[in-house]
Amino acid sequence: MEQHEQILQYLISGLTIGAIYALVALGFNIIHNATGIVNFVQCEFVTLGGMMMYTFYTLLRFPIPLSFFLSTATVTLLGALIERGPIRMAKSKAIIILVFITIGLSSVIRGTALLTWGPDNVPVPPFSGEVVIRMFGAAILPQHLWIFGITIAVVILLRYFFHRTLIGKAMRATAFNRRAASLVGISTNRMILLSFAMSGGLGAIGGMIIAPVTTTSYDTGIMLALKGFAAAILGGYGNSTGAIVGGLILGVLESLGAGLISSKFKNAFAFLILLLVLFFKPTGLLGHGETDRV
Amino acid sequence: MEKQTGYKEVNSIVIQFMSFFIRKKENLFLLLFALAIILIPLGVKNKYYILVMNVVGLNTIVVVGLNLLIGFAGQISLGHAAFYGMGAYLSAVLTTTYHLPPWPTILIAMIATGTVAYFVGYPSLKLKGHYLVMATLGFSIIVNILMVELDKITGGPSGFPGIPPLSIGKLVFDNDFKNFYLIWTFVFFSILLSFNLVHSRVGRALRAIHGSEIAANTLGVDTDKYKTKVFVLSAMFASLAGSLYAHYITFISPRSFDFYYSIQVVTMVIVGGMGSIWGSFFGAGLLTLLSEILHVAEKYNIIAYGAILTLVLVFFPEGVGAGLYSVWQRWKIKTLTKESSNK
Repeated sequence: MEQHEQILQYLISGLTIGAIYALVALGFNIIHNATGIVNFVQCEFVTLGGMMMYTFYTLLRFPIPLSFFLSTATVTLLGALIERGPIRMAKSKAIIILVFITIGLSSVIRGTALLTWGPDNVPVPPFSGEVVIRMFGAAILPQHLWIFGITIAVVILLRYFFHRTLIGKAMRATAFNRRAASLVGISTNRMILLSFAMSGGLGAIGGMIIAPVTTTSYDTGIMLALKGFAAAILGGYGNSTGAIVGGLILGVLESLGAGLISSKFKNAFAFLILLLVLFFKPTGLLGHGETDRV
Repeated sequence: MEKQTGYKEVNSIVIQFMSFFIRKKENLFLLLFALAIILIPLGVKNKYYILVMNVVGLNTIVVVGLNLLIGFAGQISLGHAAFYGMGAYLSAVLTTTYHLPPWPTILIAMIATGTVAYFVGYPSLKLKGHYLVMATLGFSIIVNILMVELDKITGGPSGFPGIPPLSIGKLVFDNDFKNFYLIWTFVFFSILLSFNLVHSRVGRALRAIHGSEIAANTLGVDTDKYKTKVFVLSAMFASLAGSLYAHYITFISPRSFDFYYSIQVVTMVIVGGMGSIWGSFFGAGLLTLLSEILHVAEKYNIIAYGAILTLVLVFFPEGVGAGLYSVWQRWKIKTLTKESSNK
């Protein structure tokens, strides 16, 4: 393979993984905007998406659309349960406490996943065959197209939901100013519940569509979700366009770094970028300056 | 002139003497604690128990430092495993491969770790909200990758053996009992230092930050500076514990310094109670013992830690000790009122 073909290949795999980071980053943003907390269970949403797909599709041999739907629904429900249970029951609503609670829950879910599915990586077959498509000398798998397609669809749906529907607008109002939102009659608790559910669904979709490319295990979600968080910071924490831009850029940088510099340190690149962004431009590429400093 | 300075000296001695009694209860506890440290190895002859207590001690140093950050600056770090590991690896590599003297190396490791912590912490602590938790987590993942991948220096995933034990003159700390005194001496001084810090101007500033950052800021407390300082200090505590660990066990591997260790120490802080120094000791002790018991089934360890962390936070956000105490008090009031109404 020639140099430019190789780079094109890195770009494609970078954009693929970047799409996943973008979905996860969107999930982080939705909860952050609604509650101000960093939700660590996001890692487990991604893991469970992949493992549910494995259970329904690989083990139980359900058709893809049904498996996809069931997996998303399960994790969405889990997201809602987490808000309904520990987050709402918590005696103290201090942000630091709530963040710790999500760290604890994340450990519990990861441990349970380990007991349920074991420690090994398991395969999920691609959604539609493995016939490689050649484009300018680079190889594209049908699964890559699925990832792009589903991500774009999700982003469009989200945009429609947040800007055109009443509930979406109510959620944005809650994110903007919770007290004012409740004064105009929005049930802010319900909006927070919804944001946890949605972020569960987003994480699950990310985990599901990447599983055929990378295989999946009880802890794949940690790395994917933490990099998704790095993507959210890179794009500007809380900014949804930023999440998508950040995700794609991070994916491409990581893929180029692993391919051209050293694959041994692949996982370190994303976090190095995270630290650099925090250092030099903490508001991210598209974030607003004034809200972030004390 | 001379008379005056003499007067001042006497005065300061009196003040110190008085302040000893003002913080009488605290000092009494410290004294009892020191006594216990001296006496315990004389009574306990089982090597395994001493080993477990030494692990408790090492964890206590990390947890006391981390609690200064969590309890007083109100910030979360998930990177303390990395600082602990940096202390351990710097001590191991510098003394074993490069034959530097161990004691100064511990200091070098602490300074190096503190410097790195400064560069990780400063940018994220300037920001409102919880950026530090992710910055430290990202940092600790990078450190773990380096431990594994720089195998020529660190020994890679199989670990780094043959670290020399510490020694003072002819006294070599080469068994569990000698290390008990060594480790717990450091525990004692880190607790003492923390108490002094908490009662100092810095401690008051930190508590003000924890109460309300904006209010502290308007009162002239440079919040970024204090938060960064306490973060650096807590990283140095962890580094010290890491160095002691390396010289005690004489073998280290990346697995001891992974993400789960960070979760463990955070859980110890929470169980002991955020902002409680004795609580740190209590939390470290309780959960280290629990880990030893659960060791039979390591699989359940993650679930157990997660569940404890979640349950304690949901029901006793102020820590298990304080939580149970308030439950007991409420129960007492209830029974008292019942009794009086029965009469």
